[in-house]
Amino acid sequence: MLQAKIVLFSFLLGIGTALWAQETPMVSIKRGAYVPLYGTTDRKPVAIAAFEIAAYPVTNAQYETFLKKYPEYSRSKMKGIFADKSYLSHWQSDFNYGKNNLSNAPVTNVSWFAAKKYCECQGKRLPTMDEWEYVAMADEKRIDARTKEAFNKYIMSWYEKPKTYANPIGQTFKNYWGVYDMHGLVWEWTADFNSIFLSGESRKDKDTDKNLFCGSGSVNATDLMNYAAFMRYAFRGSLKARYTTRNLGFRCAKDKVALVKTIQNIR
Amino acid sequence: MMKSKLECQKIKKGILSLLFLGIFVAALALQSCNQKAKAAAKDKAISDLSIYNLPSKWTNQNGQNIEMKDMKGKVLVMVMIYTSCKAACPRLVADMRNIEKRLPENIKDKVQMVLVSIDPETDTPKRLKAFAIENKMNSNQWVFLRSTEENTREFAAVLAVNYKKVSPMDFSHSNIISVFNADGELTYQQEGLGVNSDPTIAKIKEEAQKIN
Repeated sequence: MLQAKIVLFSFLLGIGTALWAQETPMVSIKRGAYVPLYGTTDRKPVAIAAFEIAAYPVTNAQYETFLKKYPEYSRSKMKGIFADKSYLSHWQSDFNYGKNNLSNAPVTNVSWFAAKKYCECQGKRLPTMDEWEYVAMADEKRIDARTKEAFNKYIMSWYEKPKTYANPIGQTFKNYWGVYDMHGLVWEWTADFNSIFLSGESRKDKDTDKNLFCGSGSVNATDLMNYAAFMRYAFRGSLKARYTTRNLGFRCAKDKVALVKTIQNIR
Repeated sequence: MMKSKLECQKIKKGILSLLFLGIFVAALALQSCNQKAKAAAKDKAISDLSIYNLPSKWTNQNGQNIEMKDMKGKVLVMVMIYTSCKAACPRLVADMRNIEKRLPENIKDKVQMVLVSIDPETDTPKRLKAFAIENKMNSNQWVFLRSTEENTREFAAVLAVNYKKVSPMDFSHSNIISVFNADGELTYQQEGLGVNSDPTIAKIKEEAQKIN
């Protein structure tokens, strides 16, 4: 009996390791609420349901593995509607990121469609903009460090640093949740990046735009924080789903609720 | 002793269900990806820039399930709206109606006017049907579509339409009317409300004449 149990256990353990081996660790984010710097007209907090987010952005090596499995998304096969011409243009070839790129550097020059497909093929999804911003407001110790001057200065100094996209993942600070590289490495796609209005084409967001531009008298922590966030939102607002750029990568996320429910159902 | 054994079993149960779940999730993910790959291979005739590369499923105002591909062969004039909208959409809808009115009769059967809901939760087929009747858009010329939130977001991304839920009943959205040729390639976009539709209509005529 005991032997059978051991055999069964090690068999399952084997499958388990095989399943999780190559995957980026996922970090649990507890549910909460926050007031985003952009996007709510009434300044009311946005509720964030519990979810999981990858500790790191997706790397060149991981993306290469994905392409070998799904060659229809490789550079030469990728359809024009899903990615522009610079898709993976810094890679050596279709299935090789080449010598000039680190295996553990974040993959960039990927479109929103490509990023979305990658996550879907891992049984995951892209994080929403609110989820991403919620995780990104944490420093090493606090869930919300947005009003801390040092935190904002760090983010701003990264915006000025060139070519951080060539660096390996996991070299920036580990935040409160245990997530790396939210600032300091690459910009990242979000699921609903196309929900930004900065060109004045929409009636409702005009006030918010004004709010973003206001307060230019003196530069304090709040202004820095607004400016840093504004840069991110403005960047997202300038993107189209097929665009690819050298400093734009992604990471995946996952619902938490479904997981808990399924486990309960199995029990 | 008893207690620790119990706990051990509990943990094992937990690990087991987690593993099963893992296998289940992985299998599901792989299946959906393979399906997509197959679908892509089947439709080789579709060009690289065609919206018919999108495998998403939609429901029309009559409750019928359709894929975008089912409209292949017609010029599509598309707009994204939501029926409970009070501000911009009525004008967008009016713009669509005006475009349709000005189309020559001999090309009308080559053109499909399509309204896609950005609020699939509220805009049930029933509601879309009612909206169609209310707005005198109840002929075969008009198709109203809804899908999942994710498919809608993806479709909007293709159209470069941005939208955002700003309150329980209200959305901000781009005011764009898009023209697709018979192969599903985007050929023209009219941006803004109440703008002159002459270039849009000229493009629709041009693309409709290419059919046959």
